[in-house]
Amino acid sequence: MTEVKSPEVSAPPAAVPDELTEQPGRWGRLRPFLPLVALVVALILPYSTLHLPGIFEGALNSPGTLQLLAVCLVFGGLAAGYDLLFGRTGMLSFGHALYFAAGVYGTDILITRAGLPLWQAAPLAIVGGTILAGLLGAVALRTVGIAFAMVTLAFAQVGAILVARDFGGLTGGEEGLPLDVAGLPDGLVGVTNTVNLYWLALAYLVVVVFVVHRVSGSPTGRVLAGLRDDERRIGVLGLDPYRFKLVAFTLAGGLAAAGGAVYCLIVGGASPHITSSELTLSLLVMVVLGGPGTRWGPVLGGILYMYLDHRLVSFGTSDAVNALPAFLSRPLSQPLFVLGTVFILAVYFFPGGLASLAPRLALLRDSLRPGSRQRG
Amino acid sequence: MDAIILLTLTGLGLAALYFLVASGLSLVFGLADVLNFAHGLFLGVGAYATWWAAGNLPGAGPDGLGFVVAVAFGVAAGTLMAVLVELVLIRPLYSRTIEQVLVTVGLSLAGVALLQATWGADARPFPRPAWTREVTSIFGAQVPNGGLLLIVAAALVLGAILAFLRWTRYGLIIRAGVENREMVTALGIDVRKAFTLVFAIGGAAAALAGALGSVYFGTVSPQQGGSLLIFAFIVVVIGGMGSVVGSAYAAVAVGLLQQFVNYYGTSGLGDICVVALLAVVLLLRPQGIAGKAVTA
Amino acid sequence: MSEPVLTVEDLSVRIAGLHILQGVSFTVAPTGVTVLLGRNGVGKTTTLRAVVGLTPRSGEVRGTVRMGARSLLSQRTHRLVRDGLGYVPEDRCVFAGLTVAENLRLAERRGTTAAYDRVFALFPELDRRSRQRAGSLSGGQQQMLAIGRVLLNDNRLLLVDEPTKGLAPKVVTEVAEVLERVAESVPVLLVEQNLAVVRRLARDAVVLAAGRVAWAGDAQELLLETALTRSLLGVGSVEGHQPASQPAAAASAPEDGN
Repeated sequence: MTEVKSPEVSAPPAAVPDELTEQPGRWGRLRPFLPLVALVVALILPYSTLHLPGIFEGALNSPGTLQLLAVCLVFGGLAAGYDLLFGRTGMLSFGHALYFAAGVYGTDILITRAGLPLWQAAPLAIVGGTILAGLLGAVALRTVGIAFAMVTLAFAQVGAILVARDFGGLTGGEEGLPLDVAGLPDGLVGVTNTVNLYWLALAYLVVVVFVVHRVSGSPTGRVLAGLRDDERRIGVLGLDPYRFKLVAFTLAGGLAAAGGAVYCLIVGGASPHITSSELTLSLLVMVVLGGPGTRWGPVLGGILYMYLDHRLVSFGTSDAVNALPAFLSRPLSQPLFVLGTVFILAVYFFPGGLASLAPRLALLRDSLRPGSRQRG
Repeated sequence: MDAIILLTLTGLGLAALYFLVASGLSLVFGLADVLNFAHGLFLGVGAYATWWAAGNLPGAGPDGLGFVVAVAFGVAAGTLMAVLVELVLIRPLYSRTIEQVLVTVGLSLAGVALLQATWGADARPFPRPAWTREVTSIFGAQVPNGGLLLIVAAALVLGAILAFLRWTRYGLIIRAGVENREMVTALGIDVRKAFTLVFAIGGAAAALAGALGSVYFGTVSPQQGGSLLIFAFIVVVIGGMGSVVGSAYAAVAVGLLQQFVNYYGTSGLGDICVVALLAVVLLLRPQGIAGKAVTA
Repeated sequence: MSEPVLTVEDLSVRIAGLHILQGVSFTVAPTGVTVLLGRNGVGKTTTLRAVVGLTPRSGEVRGTVRMGARSLLSQRTHRLVRDGLGYVPEDRCVFAGLTVAENLRLAERRGTTAAYDRVFALFPELDRRSRQRAGSLSGGQQQMLAIGRVLLNDNRLLLVDEPTKGLAPKVVTEVAEVLERVAESVPVLLVEQNLAVVRRLARDAVVLAAGRVAWAGDAQELLLETALTRSLLGVGSVEGHQPASQPAAAASAPEDGN
């Protein structure tokens, strides 16, 4: 008689990495090429005039659709960067929005208020955001676990207050700060050039994915994974957890600031809601929905979340939903209600997120296939 | 001099609000290790339930005894909500701290959106007794009665919680559990029943904060809980997780600091000072003013 | 030979990927003291904690543990304790912020005056200091409290983890005396490093090494075989127990990783 007790591993809920799960059959041979296929699709997409009614409002290459896609791509990259903290190092930061906002407001203020050209403003904002992450991380990482979450949350709150109270008249307060397009290259201005913003967003996503993969594949990345699993063991090895965590925190902050600079161009300015703790919480939702610590999960989670966040609004006001009784149609018209509920369900039923679905579906398919191996 | 008295009393009013939210958070975290982002939702539920009761519930109203009934209804709703959250959502994830935080995050997003869907995103005027809109003259300072009501309520809640912790068997279990939960079970006590209880206490206090806070501000809105929650978190960390008395001291410190600096400095500077205070406390004394180390 | 009160069969515990116990089997006799021996970090505390259901969540427990006919491993800790498994943990774990009286009140389930009288007869000090905060007691007094609160209830078996650790020699003798009297009515599974205490109390001994049972049998016999004792426990001299460095070493060693 054998009794098994509490076999679950402790948090954070990292799924089995894709590369470790066996992928039988045709699907398995195709799988390594899927990201490439996705990239090719993303590359030819702006040349397509295809209409996908219900999924996008206009044609694929219409400015509205391209802008939505660009925002989705930026958040895919942002979520991948955040996963460097949460999924790959096990740091629960509630203040990641701060570094994103530093990139957005930094770029915006340097262009609009200081009159710098973009090629100076954006790098300055990104460097500034990275330094900010390094400094605040140095303080916050003196604490661990829940206290760390609280400190990062509080720091981000300072950012939100600074922006909202408009000290020195820089941020535009509650109104936000529209970007002064005079400082931008012509190729990034105007509705007809939305496609260039899309390219920029795609490039950002590719860079983030590349950086995160390189880092997590490196010796540093293995130390970070060790920190996630059991910090004491890293300490026993004679490595200083603090320094490795600070590196991850600063790098993630820099990536977020870069995303902020791109986002600022896409939406043409800054508004105070990007400094809110809600944005950090959304990042957490994206990563968990996608699959923390997996290669493509956070990217997928980020893209899907932003897409749903935008599209659920029109879904909520669509005829189909309006026809429902009020007690159903009203909540369904709130994207955050739908996403929050899906998120809770995901924590319970899909702890590995979207990335864990493919192996699970493969298992299901195998067990359903007649004559499949029935061992055990 | 008037200004100082006024700022002190309004600061204490703010502190009362923080304490009502933070005391429950602190107990829940101290005992069950749950960082409850949905705590702001309990506040929202309390506020909206009171608002609804004042207009719709027979016997309840915006004035006199009816107002008391409305607040009692709001507190009951918040308590019920908190108990349901613990039983349905938190308990199945027992001792999986990160997942519990995630669930409360999801709940806070979905819950606020639901309040918004039901009653709209804009602030609504809150029915309140006429006397709460007036001011009382204390040593020459004109102090709003709504603030005084908050201070009195928070003091009563503090006394009640302390008496409960001091004199009852469950209070004993909670105090012991905050210190060493595992050892409580090793004495043959099912500590999870106490989890439900601290959620209920926290939910009730937060709902009361929602109702009386809305009286003070004169309006109710779905986002009210969220903004208060961040400062309540700060109060909990400064005061020490699991310490109700620590929360009370920290709430007073935070409330007064915020009020005075915002008045004599620039508006918003007080909020930043509070965060600076948090950073200083954490660096010098990671376990807060009182309570156990926040390393979980 | 009568039925054992506790039977452990093929017990394996893995915590954070480390195999701490790898198939431990032994029994505890229904009377007297059975002592669990072994070098630091060998898994003595892990064994006791697995029996009482306190393995951390990241750990995995396999095997069988039975008290009489009942299987223990699937039960929650508070149920086991209510069914008569008394547990006195390592480092005493009294509630420092609570008074002595409150510590006792928390533990009592059918707290009769007789039960209190019995405990106060064993530990008169607890009665005198009942309004003092437990955190302000000396190490020896805390140990008395840790044992006393468990004795308020009826137990079928006591698990006692290193009760003399870090105590002054005089207090060690007092604790040993108390355990001797307790063991007259309740069987005890004891983890103990101090061989003088072992010699005084133990009837049976189980020695763990490398996550397995290396030796089991009559405790006094084991102690007579100096060479065997030395190789199993890694102590220099059986007679000269309690070298000054021992408590400090025991405290700093990462015992069982929990």
